[in-house]
Amino acid sequence: MSALAYGVVAWLFLIGIYGVVTSRNLIHLVVCLSVAQSATDILLLAIGYRSGGHAPVFVSLPAHPGPAVDAVMQALALTDVVVGAAVTGLLLALAVQVHKRAGTLDPDALRATRD
Amino acid sequence: MSEAVIAVALVWAAVSGTAVVLTRDPLRQAFVAGFFGLGLAFLYLSLQAGDVALSQIVVGAIAVPLIVLLSLAKVRKDRE
Amino acid sequence: MSRRTRLAFFGVAVAALAVTLGVGLAGLPSFGSQITAYAGMLNELAQRQRHVTDVVSAITFDYRGIDTLFEEFILLSAVAGISVLLRPLSDETRKLPEDKAPDRSIPPPSPAVWLLAVFLGSLLVLTGIETVTHGQLTPGGGFQGGVILASALYVVYLGTNYVTVERFEPAPLLEASDGTGASGYVFIGLLGLLAGASFLSNVVGLGTAGTLISGGTIPLLNLVVGLEVAGGFAILASEFLDQTAVIRTRQR
Repeated sequence: MSALAYGVVAWLFLIGIYGVVTSRNLIHLVVCLSVAQSATDILLLAIGYRSGGHAPVFVSLPAHPGPAVDAVMQALALTDVVVGAAVTGLLLALAVQVHKRAGTLDPDALRATRD
Repeated sequence: MSEAVIAVALVWAAVSGTAVVLTRDPLRQAFVAGFFGLGLAFLYLSLQAGDVALSQIVVGAIAVPLIVLLSLAKVRKDRE
Repeated sequence: MSRRTRLAFFGVAVAALAVTLGVGLAGLPSFGSQITAYAGMLNELAQRQRHVTDVVSAITFDYRGIDTLFEEFILLSAVAGISVLLRPLSDETRKLPEDKAPDRSIPPPSPAVWLLAVFLGSLLVLTGIETVTHGQLTPGGGFQGGVILASALYVVYLGTNYVTVERFEPAPLLEASDGTGASGYVFIGLLGLLAGASFLSNVVGLGTAGTLISGGTIPLLNLVVGLEVAGGFAILASEFLDQTAVIRTRQR
């Protein structure tokens, strides 16, 4: 189980970076970057999980609730998800403007601005 | 039982993440990315993280695919 | 360097990264065995100390409130960056909106879809407000509720057309909401300084756990963060929609 959880984290991160490096389209690149970012969220939550634990919300619990999972990791991951989406939007806005100026979305075909 | 659910969710996230990267056409990739976002929300829920799953559902299935599609529409229109 | 050399270099680097990741991740405690001592302590103490039942909200807005301030400002600067990047440039003009690429002809949205979009949009606004205000009781809070509120705008656009949704995104209101949210957080933090404690400490009356008004500054911070996130994501949507539907390159 540890191997599966941390293996999925490492796999998603590496495949996201592979997608960024071998991408031929800026919009495809940005979405691959968001895949790599989600790997870090999964790592945070996997570290904070306790077997048999319940969510750290202490309302309407059963008679013998087990331990609660880590709430600090969830606090970190939750702001990360929302801010990650805003940064993805920023990168997409950059891609749109690059296309307006250079006429292409291929990273290999982009050259430094001349003027 | 819950460990099995977490294992299934992890595998689902890994497979759909790979599919997102391997889908080279950005238009199809937007839909696969929405599916990946939903898989992630399921994984977060099975890891007992309700707050994070709430954000991920809305962000990953609505916000990100929408702005990707709007950028694609803009780029395609410019190409005319 | 050529693409092939770049890919070869990347292959070597990613192999080294994979080895490092493997060694690092193998050194972590096994999955599901324990949680950090800090979190264990907070799970026990948060309900008594802050009178809230959702410990994640207490951590986000009280125990680690300063981190949330920085995250909020990252969001603010990302949205400001998008507004700057997608501003109408000198060689562009704003024309009547068209919702489709010129080479496609799609029928206008049917009345059933329109009704469904408006109904879902209203439901999402209600759900968003409920999530924002109940952050200290159940999973929810400013971030989640703010994104749900903004997604009402997206759903309305998807089921109707640009002209309808333009009425619901007045730029001054969205920018005011975004700015109020960001500065409101700082002002509530300053309340702590004015009361003689440190910045962002919980100085308002705490209330009873399990009721709507509990947790002191936590529901107030939920409200301002909800305002900020909703305003930010609505600005994001309106900038992209403007670009797609309205702004055109000026024909020479």
